[in-house]
Amino acid sequence: MKIKKSLTTIAFALLTTFLSAQSNTVPKNIEVKTLDGQSVKTEVFENDGKPIIISFWATWCSPCKRELNAIAEVYEDWVDETGVKLIAISIDDSRNVSKVAPYVNGSGWEYEVYLDPNGDFKRAMNVNNVPHTFLIDGNGNIVWQHNSYTPGDEDELYELVKKLANGEEIK
Amino acid sequence: MLKKSLLLLGFSFGISYYSFSQSLGETISNGELHGNFQLDAQYYNEDSVIGAQAVPEQLLSNGFANFIYTNKNIQAGFRYESYLNPMLGFPTGYKGSGIPYRYVTFTNDQLEVTAGNFYDQFGSGLIFRSYEERGLGYDNVMDGFRVKYKPAKGVYIKGLIGRQRLFFELGPGIVRGLDGEVFLNDILKKWNEKATKITLGASFVSKYQPDQNTQYILPENVASYDLRSNIQYKKVNFNIEYAYKYNDPSADNNFIYKPGEALLAQASYSKKGLGFSISGLRVDNMSYRSDRNQGLTNLLINYIPAFTRQHTYNLLATLYPFATQPLGEIGGQAELIFKIKKKSLFGGKYGTKILLNYSTYYNIDTVGLNDLNTNRLGYKSNYFSLGDEKYWEEINVEISKKFSKKLKGIFTYSNIVFNQDILQGKPGKPMIYANIGVIDITWKVAKKHAVRTELQGLFTHQDHGSWATGLIEYTYSPHWFVAVMDQYNYGASHGEPKVHYYYASFGYIKNANRIQIGYGRQRAGIFCVGGVCRNVPAANGVTISITSSF
Repeated sequence: MKIKKSLTTIAFALLTTFLSAQSNTVPKNIEVKTLDGQSVKTEVFENDGKPIIISFWATWCSPCKRELNAIAEVYEDWVDETGVKLIAISIDDSRNVSKVAPYVNGSGWEYEVYLDPNGDFKRAMNVNNVPHTFLIDGNGNIVWQHNSYTPGDEDELYELVKKLANGEEIK
Repeated sequence: MLKKSLLLLGFSFGISYYSFSQSLGETISNGELHGNFQLDAQYYNEDSVIGAQAVPEQLLSNGFANFIYTNKNIQAGFRYESYLNPMLGFPTGYKGSGIPYRYVTFTNDQLEVTAGNFYDQFGSGLIFRSYEERGLGYDNVMDGFRVKYKPAKGVYIKGLIGRQRLFFELGPGIVRGLDGEVFLNDILKKWNEKATKITLGASFVSKYQPDQNTQYILPENVASYDLRSNIQYKKVNFNIEYAYKYNDPSADNNFIYKPGEALLAQASYSKKGLGFSISGLRVDNMSYRSDRNQGLTNLLINYIPAFTRQHTYNLLATLYPFATQPLGEIGGQAELIFKIKKKSLFGGKYGTKILLNYSTYYNIDTVGLNDLNTNRLGYKSNYFSLGDEKYWEEINVEISKKFSKKLKGIFTYSNIVFNQDILQGKPGKPMIYANIGVIDITWKVAKKHAVRTELQGLFTHQDHGSWATGLIEYTYSPHWFVAVMDQYNYGASHGEPKVHYYYASFGYIKNANRIQIGYGRQRAGIFCVGGVCRNVPAANGVTISITSSF
């Protein structure tokens, strides 16, 4: 009986959490690697209370590269105008991981780039397929996410970044 | 808080609990629940032109849903999977539904403990990697315990034990592993500020499986170890990894007792506007499974990376992809990427990006020992020479160019030499020599509206002859897309029909939700994602795919 009751409570509490639709946050204790091979926890993702974009990509994913190359062209303006920071998470595994830094630098990206070679962070963020882009507010809440990329998506993203930077709510 | 969280996990650990449901409920609601799901279904038509057979169920579907609950230092999750029945090309072993993945992880600054299922990897994976390729139905997740401990900054040690997933069951073997890594610059005071950064790592893995073989006396425990180092000096990175596996007779290697070895080295250099990388590996008898009698991609303990360019254009990626040969291969690749400056002769107004890639693979140089009735070592191999059989070669050039604010193009040329006897297991079939070209143009018609076209050609005299592919995709950002594609085997000869593989699809995307509906033909062939391949039969029908994250 007791077990039944407790299970009901748990199920109910889970449901409440789910329905209360409180915004989810970015997990802090997942390990990713820097481009020079050091392990760091995701708690280092930080931008002084300004918005952060987290974008999952891979060297073998054309739409991902289209998206990040398109943003790269306007990134300087975005940073100047809103203080936003883009963190690019490469999910390349040991097959391609040594090509990530050459691609990032060769393309002249100014993003903060981390490696997630066995998909730990990808799983923790519930990413099905790449590209998958998250927008994070100054308190670490995930306020928006988008799967896939079509040309022009970066404009919608930037509208939201500007709203966040102006202290507006995103719903 | 911690106590409460642990109590909350009582349902998994069977801890009894008293009546403070109220506060327990509150504690639980302080956590977060999130997840994702994907559902794919296909309605199949018979199509004699492409050899697509009737499917008795008419409709097949694959689906999964992940749920993750996090509350401070605790994370728990599970995945429900359902294959009713598995879609064509997926391993039939998946038939059914269940919860093959569930776990609880506790983390603090120094310690991380996982009970249940986990994915992990030691180094490059040469002796241990558990991972999933959902699209291919590959999943060798561990079920057991894992503990990771960080005694000091820059040092970790990890231990794990478990059995591996085989569809909705577990394999018979037990896998045990230890892995440690040291970042020298953190632990040696003198090195703190040095420009040279060195990481050293070592791991040990052993599997146990009872010997039930009547013909041979087999080792029930098979050990392997791996040593690795990574050196970073300013913009240069170099890493080297060596793996050794003790004698491991298996169905893969025809039950020989020769030990296995692998050596992998990679170097890269990059600065703004220029990147270069080179990698190579030699693999000798390194198939490693937790069930020595299994084949295909079942119960693999380790992972051998394929050092070739991973393509995405249809004809390049799916017709003749390289596949790793764990029993023996030697190969490597070099890649150069650079940007030609804006406003220069070849750079134009916006600059031009060029990527060059070369890769090649051979067999290893071996001498048979003719000892199958005595020692069964099988063969000797010469470390420093290539074998005489080429498996693969590719030269690839990709030029990315922006012409104006509205017009961008990517131009690709590739020349492939493909050994289908080895790489696709078709004995006696000739080597394939193919030239492939792709023109990919994106035209941004107006704000939010874009049209993308791909024109691809694959030219060869071997196998099914030449192919052409055309694709037009129209997107209305951020919600809608529609695409039509035709893949035409115009060069088919020897009485084979010249088949059109047409496919049309459209979809709707809202945030992290996506629905896609498609109709058309899928070519039979070997499809690969991330170096893992599976055989897919021809199909004709309507597909629907829904994905969502929450």
